[in-house]
Amino acid sequence: MTVTDTTTNKPSSGVRRLTTARAMVEAIAQEMERDPSVFVMGEDVGAYGGIFGSTTGLLERFGSERVMDTPISETGFIGAGIGAAIEGMRPIVELMFVDFFGVCMDQIYNHMAKIHYESGGHVKVPMVLMAAVGGGYSDGAQHSQCLWGTFAHLPGMKVVVPSNPADAKGLMIAAIRDDNPVIYLFHKGVMGLPWMAKNSRAIGPVPEEPYELPIGKAAVVREGRDATVVTLSLSVHHTLDVADELAAQGIDVEVIDLRSLVPLDGETVLASVAKTGRLVVVDEDYRSFGLSGELAALIAEHDPGMLRAPLVRVAVPDVPIPYARPLERFVLPTPERIKSGIVSVVGR
Amino acid sequence: MGEDIKVQLYTTMVRIRTYEEAILREYHRDKSPVFDIGAGRIPGEMHLSAGQEPVAAGLCAHLRPDDAITAPHRPHHLALAHGVDMKRMTAEIFGRESGLGRGKGGHMHLFDPAVHFGCSGIIAQGAPTAVGAALAFKRQGSDRVAVSVVGEGAANQGGFHESLNLASLWRLPVVFVIEDNGWGISVPRSASTSVPSNIDRAAGYAMPGELVEDNSVDGVYEAAGRAVTRARKGEGPTLLEIRTIRLWGHFEGDAQAYRGEELAQAQASDPLPIYEQRLLKDGLLDEAAVAAIKEQAVNEVEDAIAFALSSAEPAPEEALEDVFA
Ligand SMILES: Cc1ncc(C[n+]2csc(CCOP(=O)(O)OP(=O)(O)O)c2C)c(N)n1
Repeated sequence: MTVTDTTTNKPSSGVRRLTTARAMVEAIAQEMERDPSVFVMGEDVGAYGGIFGSTTGLLERFGSERVMDTPISETGFIGAGIGAAIEGMRPIVELMFVDFFGVCMDQIYNHMAKIHYESGGHVKVPMVLMAAVGGGYSDGAQHSQCLWGTFAHLPGMKVVVPSNPADAKGLMIAAIRDDNPVIYLFHKGVMGLPWMAKNSRAIGPVPEEPYELPIGKAAVVREGRDATVVTLSLSVHHTLDVADELAAQGIDVEVIDLRSLVPLDGETVLASVAKTGRLVVVDEDYRSFGLSGELAALIAEHDPGMLRAPLVRVAVPDVPIPYARPLERFVLPTPERIKSGIVSVVGR
Repeated sequence: MGEDIKVQLYTTMVRIRTYEEAILREYHRDKSPVFDIGAGRIPGEMHLSAGQEPVAAGLCAHLRPDDAITAPHRPHHLALAHGVDMKRMTAEIFGRESGLGRGKGGHMHLFDPAVHFGCSGIIAQGAPTAVGAALAFKRQGSDRVAVSVVGEGAANQGGFHESLNLASLWRLPVVFVIEDNGWGISVPRSASTSVPSNIDRAAGYAMPGELVEDNSVDGVYEAAGRAVTRARKGEGPTLLEIRTIRLWGHFEGDAQAYRGEELAQAQASDPLPIYEQRLLKDGLLDEAAVAAIKEQAVNEVEDAIAFALSSAEPAPEEALEDVFA
């Protein structure tokens, strides 16, 4: 079944609560049951169960032929995923941290993302490349980036970024069934990991049966009149917390969880901004040449007169993510920065 | 091998172990009863090197401060053995303004230009930069040497192989050292590596390869001596593999369920007490000397931690500095 209600995060059925990590695993397991061509590979996806719990229990259930630990050879095994996908398999390949794309980007953007086009549509590459993103726990400049804007910039791959358990499951199933390559980026802070500070929405109700959430549909996760905040991933939760706080001060914020960057649901964004006239983009990726600039262009191309106040961007200033806690907090879109962004766009 | 050098190697290993034990203690402070990776005085991932001291001690004994090393994500033993300033390194690990990188780098990103030390959290990616350092040394007409240290897991990364080829092709003064601790996180060597030993790969790049099978610091010292001498004399690169052990988790917080019996075996072959017993038996040390070496190490390490703790945290706006020269 497909969850069509995109205006709320409530799944259409089921009260059972899972962490985002468990929801992803359930999605993968259900697809592996249904379709023998689905298999998983990556570093530490077997006995370890994925460093971020994205494959926990799959080895025990499906065996090492379908849940394959790989050497630390990302160009090799991501390329192998592409080849297998072309020849009829549906691989789910994990790149442990998105930051590591540097050692294997050629396979991703010159091969995975281009072969369908170069072949005039004759060759399909139905694979999922999943990776952990995000900072906030002092992991330094090479283990804390989001980088979704980089993938979204390069044509030929869908880019999915779930923020909660129910979406994570539906988007994973949709990604596996999609005939295109899908980059599936999960923030460590939404996984509900036992060893990392959790936000309260990292665990939530998830329907038990398999369902697809259409890729390319944003969710209005909070309705409001005064300003639109467009965001994704962990920042959705920070923004919702801030919105609750601001409601007490009489500021009524609408929050949009994009859920995917490619395709980008521009319609939902435009409809909201048409209503509020004010836009804050909260993006844990680097500020320049990314999502926030793209949304500014979306508005400028559609109707520059829509905005009643200058657009505000709350993003990572164009510096690498620093290690020390006060430095990292300064560059990340923390609730404090989101709040002052909203207050400034509303002008009170 | 002289008697003095053995005592020196032992002292280096004690210094490293003392350091790692102290970082272990400080790292876990304020992370219990609930382990939260982002909490405490030292947040973030922490990869400690206990068990791998022989590699650092035996190798770095041949290096001069003007020789370069690129270390991997598990860098402390190599940093200390190569003479990185312990105080400023500790301050970096604690995220302080007085740290090597003013708190911007953290434990996987320690850079000390005074001794040409650097490291990276991206697997194997220190190898190409070691090649570049060696290229510079050769161009500059010096006899300086560059060393790349990676784990056995890293030896399956493309950049590592490209580096071997470049170094051999250009006959550069590089020593490639593989610390084979048997594991790449949870993946054993048998599941990652197609050859019995990585030195089998040296032939593919027309360079000598040497395996040290027993994690003995003497063995590392001798093999590294041959490789460094070769490099200094302009005879080109060497590949060394050391069979070592990872005494603790891949990173702190790793429950290591995947390790099974091998863990107890590893713990029973801790190189430090083994070497200590050897030196005591051979009469190179007595109990009093051992106690003095340990006490000195504890004092130095606790001083470094006190230095870090007394240093200020960086001001938040500092985050915007240092992007460009
Ligand atoms: C390119 C890249 N891929 C994956 C990782 C994640 N990772 C960090 S350490 C590690 C295992 C490294 O094993 P090894 O090289 O044997 O060194 P050890 O940790 O055993 O010292 C992995 C897979 C990474 N940091 N960089």
